Amino acid sequence: MNPFSSGTRLRDMIRAIRACKTAAEERAVVRKECASIRAAISENDQDYRHRNLAKLMFIHMLGYPTHFGQMECLKLIASPGFPEKRIGYLGLMLLLDERQEVLMLVTNSIKQDLNHTNQYIVGLALCALGNICSAEMARDLAPEVERLLQFRDPNIRKKAALCSIRIIKKVPDLAENFINPAASLLKEKHHGVLLTGVQLCTDMCNVSSEAHEHFKKKCIDGLVKVLKDLTNSPYAPEYDISGISDPFLHIRLLKLLRVLGQGDADASDIMNDILAQVATKTESNKNAGNAILYQCVVTIMSIEDNGGLRVLAVNILGRFLSSRDNNIRYVALNMLMKAIALDSQAVQRHRVTILECVKDSDASIRKRALELIYLLVNENNVKLLTKELIDYLEVTDPDFKEDLTAKICSIVEKFSPEKLWYIDQMLKVLSEAGNFVKDDVWHALIVVITNAPNLHGYTVRSLYKAVQTAGDQETLVRVAVWCIGEYGELLVSNTGVLDVEDPITVTEADALDVVETAIGNPSSDLTTRAMCLVASLKLSSHFPSCSKRVSDIVRHHKGSLVLELQQRAIEFNSIIEKHGKIRSTLVERMPVLDEATFSGRRAGSMPPSVSTSQGALPKIPNGVAKPTSAPLVDLLDFSSDDIPVPGGSGGDFLQDLLGVDISPSPSQVTSGTQKSGTDVLLDLLSIGTPPAQSNLSTLDILSPSQDIKSPVDVLTKLASPSPSAQTSTPVGGSSMLDLLDDFGTTLSLPETNGPTYPAIIAFESSSLKVTFNFSKEPGSPQTTLIEARFTNKSPNAYSNFVFQAAVPKFLQLHLDPASSNTLPANSNDSITQKLRVSNSQHGKKSLVMRLRINYKVNDKDVLEEGQINNFPRDL
Amino acid sequence: MIRGVIIMNDQGKPRLIKFYEFQPVEKQHELVRSIYRILCSRAENVSNFVKVDSLFGPDVRLVYKTFATLYFVFVFDNSENELAMLDLMQVFVETLDKCFSNVCELDVVFNFSKVHTILDEIILGGQVLETSSSEVVKAVEEISKMERNANSILPASWQGR
Repeated sequence: MNPFSSGTRLRDMIRAIRACKTAAEERAVVRKECASIRAAISENDQDYRHRNLAKLMFIHMLGYPTHFGQMECLKLIASPGFPEKRIGYLGLMLLLDERQEVLMLVTNSIKQDLNHTNQYIVGLALCALGNICSAEMARDLAPEVERLLQFRDPNIRKKAALCSIRIIKKVPDLAENFINPAASLLKEKHHGVLLTGVQLCTDMCNVSSEAHEHFKKKCIDGLVKVLKDLTNSPYAPEYDISGISDPFLHIRLLKLLRVLGQGDADASDIMNDILAQVATKTESNKNAGNAILYQCVVTIMSIEDNGGLRVLAVNILGRFLSSRDNNIRYVALNMLMKAIALDSQAVQRHRVTILECVKDSDASIRKRALELIYLLVNENNVKLLTKELIDYLEVTDPDFKEDLTAKICSIVEKFSPEKLWYIDQMLKVLSEAGNFVKDDVWHALIVVITNAPNLHGYTVRSLYKAVQTAGDQETLVRVAVWCIGEYGELLVSNTGVLDVEDPITVTEADALDVVETAIGNPSSDLTTRAMCLVASLKLSSHFPSCSKRVSDIVRHHKGSLVLELQQRAIEFNSIIEKHGKIRSTLVERMPVLDEATFSGRRAGSMPPSVSTSQGALPKIPNGVAKPTSAPLVDLLDFSSDDIPVPGGSGGDFLQDLLGVDISPSPSQVTSGTQKSGTDVLLDLLSIGTPPAQSNLSTLDILSPSQDIKSPVDVLTKLASPSPSAQTSTPVGGSSMLDLLDDFGTTLSLPETNGPTYPAIIAFESSSLKVTFNFSKEPGSPQTTLIEARFTNKSPNAYSNFVFQAAVPKFLQLHLDPASSNTLPANSNDSITQKLRVSNSQHGKKSLVMRLRINYKVNDKDVLEEGQINNFPRDL
Repeated sequence: MIRGVIIMNDQGKPRLIKFYEFQPVEKQHELVRSIYRILCSRAENVSNFVKVDSLFGPDVRLVYKTFATLYFVFVFDNSENELAMLDLMQVFVETLDKCFSNVCELDVVFNFSKVHTILDEIILGGQVLETSSSEVVKAVEEISKMERNANSILPASWQGR
C-alpha cells in the first residue's frame, strides 16, 4: 500500500488545515493531501476512494483545483454500496459541471440508479440529476423521471417533480410529455409533493404555451379549492412556520394563480374571491404571514384589474410600511414602486407613511422611499412634500444628502407653483446642502432670479441673510455674490420689501464684506473667486463709498498665480484707474436671461437658438446686440462646451475681451459684464440710448460702410486666431480697453438695406471662416436664402474645396453650386455658395445645421466639421 | 430560482458553498469574497436583503442572516419571494439545529457532507423541495441509517470515527 494513503482521516485533515496560521501553511497541507490522494488514485485504491473524495470536496470548498478527482466520482457512483454512491453523487454535483464530457459517462449510471430497487439510491440519483442535468441527459433520462412522478413514495415524487423542472428548462420540447403527470400532481394531498407539483406547473407555463393553456382550462378551479382549504385549514403543526400553516404552499399556489390569471379576465375572475380571503384573513404579525400577504399583493397586481382588490393590496403594502421590521418595509417599497404605475391614487394615500420611510435608519429603505416620493409628487402636494424633505435635509446624515438634494431640486424645479416659493426653497436647499447642489441647478436658479424683477430685492436680502449663517456652502456663496453684484443697491436701500420679510439694515460696506470674505476664503474655488472679482467691480460703481476697498481687492489679485484671476484683476484695475468715465455703463445690470432657451439647452435636446419665446426680439444687423439671449445662455450652459458653438456675436467677443471665458465653466457673472460691454460699444459709437430695443434703428443709422463684412468680422479679426473651432478666442494679453478704443475708429457697419436678419459667423477655425447672410423670398416666410461665404485665414491656398451641410428632418435643404472650388490664401478672396432652407416648423423651431468642409492644402486632405446653433430666430 | 447557498464564518472563511448554476472554482471564491465584503459593510438594524446585480446579473438579490459566528446567505432571482426566502433560511437553520443538537460552526466544518445532504433535502436544483424541518430530519436520518448499515459491513468507515 502507498505510504501516504494510509494517512490521515478526513477529520484529521480538517484539523490540520484549521491549525494553519498562515495561508502558506494551509497551502502546504493541502499540497501534501492532494499528493497522497493523487497517489491513491493512480494506484486505483478502492478502500479509501470515498474518503479521498470527501477530502477533495473540502479542498474544493477552500478554492483549490480538484479536477484530478473527477473520475473518482464516476467510479464511486458505479460502485454498489450506498455510502460510496452518496459521496460519489455529492462529488458529482460539487466538482463537475454540465459542460464536461465526463457527464456523458455518468448518464448510464444515473439511469441504472433511477431504476434501482433501493428508493434512497433513486433519491440520490434524482437529486444529482436535478442539479447538473444537461440537455443530452434530459433527453436520455426524461422517460425515467416522468415515470418516477408516479412513484409510490412521496419523497421520490417530489424530487422527480423538481427534476422535471430542470429537464423542461433544458429541453422545452419535452414539456408536453409532462403536462398530464404534472396536472395530476396538483391533486396530491402530500404537502411536499403538492408544493413541488405546483412549482413544476408554474415553470411549465413559462416554457410551454400549450401547458399554459391546459392548466388554465383544467386546473384553476382545483387550485382555488386547494388554496381555500389551506387558508381555512386548522392548525397543522408539521408545516407550520411561526404559527402560519404552510406559508410556502400558499406562496407557490399564489404564484401559479398569478401566471394563470395574467391577461385572462375570466381566470382572474375565478380567483378574485380567494385572493380577497387570503388578503384579509392572513395574520400579519409574523414574517411568514407577511410573506403570504406580499405574494398575494404581487398576484393581485399582476392579474386582470379588479379595482377593489387593488385598493386592498395597496392598503396591505401601506400597512407593511408601518411595520417595525425593515425587511417588510423594504419589500413594501419595492412593490409600491410597481403599484404606482397601476393605481397611483391608491399609493398616494400612503404618502405620509412613505415619507416616514425617507427618514428610516436603513439606507436602502431611505433610498427606495425617496424614489417613491419623487414619483408621487404633483402640483397639489409639492409644497407639503418639499417642506418635509427640506426639514429632513437638516438632520440627515451626509451620505444621503447628495441624493436627497438632487431629488428636492428636481421636484422644486418641476412643480414650482410660483417664483417666490421656488426661490425660497432653493435658498433653503443651498443653505442646508449647497455643497451638494449641481451646477446646472444653481444656474437655473439665477436664470429664474433675473426673470423675477419684483423679487430681486427680496432675493438679494434673503441671500445676504443666508450667507451670514451658511457661508461654508459654496454654491450659496456663489449665488449670493452674484446677486449682491447685480442687485447690491437693492440690498442696501431695502427696495421692494415684501410683506413676509423682516426688515434688515445693511450698509454698503456690509455688502462688500460678503464678497471680500468669499474671495478671501481659502476653500473658495476659482469660479467663486472670479465671480467675486466681477461682483466687486460692479459694486465699485454702485457703492462709491467702497471704491477704495474694491480697488484694494482687485489690486491684491493682480499678483494672483491663477491666470484667470490675474488677467481679470489687471483688466478691472485698468477700468477702475483709467476709465472711470465708462465704468458705470460697463458694469450695468445684466439683462434678463431667457428661461426657455436655458431650459432647452439644459435638457440637451435643443440647440441654443431654438427657443421661440421673446417674440419681440430686436432685429439687429449683426451679433452685437444679439447676446441678450442665446450667447448669455451659452455662458450658463457648461454641458455643451464640447460642441463647437460658433458664437458669432460681438457679445461673445466682448466676453473674451473681458477675459471671462477661460475657466471651463463660464459663469453668469461674466455675462453681466458682457452685456455691459455691449453698452460700451454703443457708447463708443456715441449712441446715448440703452441697447436692446432700439438697436436696430440706431445701428442702421450708423451704417456708413467701407466693408461689406459685418462688424463681427472686424471684431473677430482683432482676436488672435484660436486653435479651436470656436469663435470664443481668448485675446492674448491685449488690454480690453485698447481694443475698445480701436474699435471706435475701425468699426464699420454693413451696407445693407435694413436686412431682416443679422449675418452670423456660422463656423470658424484657425484656418477657415464661414459667414452666413440671410434673406427671405417675399411671400414664402418658410424659406430662407442663405449666402455662405468662406474665407481662408491661413497663408496657404485651398483646393478641391467642398462644402456639405446636413439638417434635421423638419428642414429641407438645397445647395447651389459654389462660386469656386479653390480658396486663395490670406482672405484675399472668398468662395460664396447659396443655400435655400425650407422650415416646415416655421415659427416653432429655429434652423439648425451641421456642416462639413473638405479641402486640400499642400496636397493634404483636411476635414473640418461643426454645428451651427446660432441661427437668428424666426428663420 | 435560488442561485446559491453559502455559509461562511464572520472571518469570511467559506463553510459551505453550493451554486445551482455552474461556477468555476475561482469564480466561486471571488463571489464569496465579494459577498463577504458586502455583508461586512452592512450596518446593524438594516434589512436583510441586498441587491447583488453587479455580481450575479439583473434582479438578483441575496438574503443573509447571522447565527452565532456564521453568515447564512441565499442568493435568488426575482421569481422568489424575499420574505419566503427568509423563512426558508429559518427552516434550514432549524433543521441543522435538530440534526446536530445546537449546531455550531465546528459541526458544519467537520460534517460538511452531512450539511450538504441536509441542504439537498431542502433545495433541489434551485427549487424548494421541502419546507417542513421534521420531514427533512426524517429523510436525513434514513440516509444516515443506510450509511451505518453499509458501514457495518464495510470495515473502512468513510467518516473515520
